[in-house]
Amino acid sequence: MKKESWSWGGIPKASHQVVNLRWRTDTINFAGFTASCLPYGLGRSYGDVPINDEGILVRTTALDRVIAFDAETGVLHCEAGISLGDILRVVVPRGWFLPVTPGTQFVTLGGAIANDVHGKNHHCAGTFGCHVLGFELLRSSGEKLWCTPTEHADYFAATIAGLGLTGLILTAKIQLTKIAANKIDVNNQAFNGLDEGLDLFEQHEDTTYTVAWVDCLTRGAQLGRGIFSGGEFSQTESRKNLATKRLAVPLDFPSFSLNKYSVQAFNNLYFANGKRKSGRGVTDYEPFFYPLDKVHAWNRIYGRKGFYQYQCCVPFGEANEGREAIREMLNQISLSGNASFLAVLKVFGDKQSPGMLSFPEKGITLALDFPNWGDKTQRLFDRLDAIVREQNGKNYPAKDACMKAADFQQQYPQWEAFAKFIDPKFSSSFWRRVTQENA
Amino acid sequence: MNVLILGATSAIAQAVARQFLLSATTPVKFVLVGRNDDKLALIAEDLIGRSATAAHVQVQDLTQLDAMDACISRAWETLGSIDVALIAHGTLPEQREIEKSWELTEQALRENALSHMALMEALALRMEAIKRGTIAVIGSVAGDRGRQSNYIYGAAKGATAIYAQGLRNRLTKSGVHLLTIKPGFVDTPMTESIAKKGLLWASPEQVAQDIVKAVQKKRNVIYTPGFWWLIMTIVKSVPEFIFKKLSM
Ligand SMILES: Cc1cc2nc3c(=O)[nH]c(=O)nc-3n(C[C@H](O)[C@H](O)[C@H](O)COP(=O)(O)OP(=O)(O)OC[C@H]3O[C@@H](n4cnc5c(N)ncnc54)[C@H](O)[C@@H]3O)c2cc1C
Repeated sequence: MKKESWSWGGIPKASHQVVNLRWRTDTINFAGFTASCLPYGLGRSYGDVPINDEGILVRTTALDRVIAFDAETGVLHCEAGISLGDILRVVVPRGWFLPVTPGTQFVTLGGAIANDVHGKNHHCAGTFGCHVLGFELLRSSGEKLWCTPTEHADYFAATIAGLGLTGLILTAKIQLTKIAANKIDVNNQAFNGLDEGLDLFEQHEDTTYTVAWVDCLTRGAQLGRGIFSGGEFSQTESRKNLATKRLAVPLDFPSFSLNKYSVQAFNNLYFANGKRKSGRGVTDYEPFFYPLDKVHAWNRIYGRKGFYQYQCCVPFGEANEGREAIREMLNQISLSGNASFLAVLKVFGDKQSPGMLSFPEKGITLALDFPNWGDKTQRLFDRLDAIVREQNGKNYPAKDACMKAADFQQQYPQWEAFAKFIDPKFSSSFWRRVTQENA
Repeated sequence: MNVLILGATSAIAQAVARQFLLSATTPVKFVLVGRNDDKLALIAEDLIGRSATAAHVQVQDLTQLDAMDACISRAWETLGSIDVALIAHGTLPEQREIEKSWELTEQALRENALSHMALMEALALRMEAIKRGTIAVIGSVAGDRGRQSNYIYGAAKGATAIYAQGLRNRLTKSGVHLLTIKPGFVDTPMTESIAKKGLLWASPEQVAQDIVKAVQKKRNVIYTPGFWWLIMTIVKSVPEFIFKKLSM
């Protein structure tokens, strides 16, 4: 296969042999594989979690069939390659919604489970894995395990957030959430600093969906200014599924178009606009949950060199050390001048995921985009890593291409217990990277 | 709405069936015809999950020309009547291999032309009698002009298109609608062995949207994606004395 960029951030470049899985009844000849394999969904992970350089990717996106949908109970059983967007097209008109959704609908059901994704409602609903009722796991031995919290419970726990390493999820059953309408009542509020922003999260603990955008180029008192957004599904009946028009980014942008000044201009505009539009309103669910999906392939604005995401979470700490840590990170970013277009702040709740390697933990999470400026970016990450380390925080594998093996092993102490569930034929670039050096 | 899909396991057919459900304003019932019982069952399940009120499976080898009338008659009985029939089966033979064998050439013509004609005829008879219905048949841009790289496939698709054109002429007075669909490159299992690059390749979903829209608007002939109309207009207008020298 010619394609080089297999992940959303375009880093690292890798080459693969691709096997398409078209029918869940087909048998895969694992024995005939001459290299290790890894399931591949829609490639919406930023780093090397969906990458298996020099190996085989088993593409799952043709496994996109519904198996059963009970519109009374909201239990949906699908093949694992169906996209969340496709699920929504089927269930929203009948009054149901995903229990948890990431910021894009172009991810597969299998990918959502394998990364145990979180959404704007983590403090209310936990991760995606908390709503999985069961799944069928295909091992390279040909064995198919139906895993639930009680059947093959160990594989259930290992596969949720299992990064595609425990086998291939063929089908999965999830519990959906009832909705009365496809509209969201939103409440946007501009805040002038990090503390003010985090206080807003506290005040809105009972709001189902909360998130904040942060401007990380400001300094001093304005450090961490941003726009907080809270939302609830409307109670007014209207389930019409609106088709939204998509814009496309047809080519890679020249990389000089993204610099400190253009991002600063963008941030100023965005902040001013958010401030102007502060207050309550009603919106369709798509722009609320998936603001970036309107611009197809927006990752290309970062050009051929690609870009990184950096997402971490840190606990609040007894004396608000968590806040200080986030403040220090924003400070470092601002000082470095390495511009992040999209900085997203959220507070995670304490709902435990069944997944062994699940990322979210009660505390504050920050997610940032950085254009790839080589060493300069790496040096910034080193500084951010140090803060995360000190705070006993974590990095999110789905968005990572840089974390050190020692950090991963520290942050995910269950990694060795997990390793026992890895299928002998499966591997990934990520896994090799974070386990090859022992802590 | 009662929909019959012939060659229901093809990627385009699956996408069209789903698109009918997405755009339908009335309940949709399906009969799905194909060779593979297991795969048809998976598709039926999917369509039911996506809100179809019924999805019946009918196993049939669509190259058995003598059986086509009975096949349509059975589907007609199952549904009560048929509003839309999509003829979507087909194969992409390897030109270099089959040009050496009449047996394989004949088979390719049966799979991509004769069976389509037999099905169109059987459907036309019944729809003419009730004076309504739509027959949609999938041809190809390859049928617009013969090229050395796939003229057997092209001849079959061209034959289907001409047959459909004549039949449309006959059906007009009874109000029956016949749509000829000419897709360009579509990313499906059928084209898996071809290296896919560039902007010319479309997804089955894109093509399905065009097809369902064309059924609703009672179009006669469509190219999908639409830009193929322009490409084929140019390709067809190249004089033969030049065209024959091109390596296409
Ligand atoms: C714009 C944008 C916003 C995002 N927002 C969020 C967010 O808010 N929260 C969040 O948590 N994440 C977010 N993400 C990340 C994204 O949700 C995850 O990376 C998701 O897992 C991607 O799914 P995918 O289908 O593209 O999987 P891929 O990236 O293709 O694969 C991801 C992992 O899943 C495994 N996998 C895929 N299919 C299967 C299967 N059938 N069986 C077993 N393993 C499988 C792969 O092996 C790989 O390890 C965002 C990404 C983007 C691009």
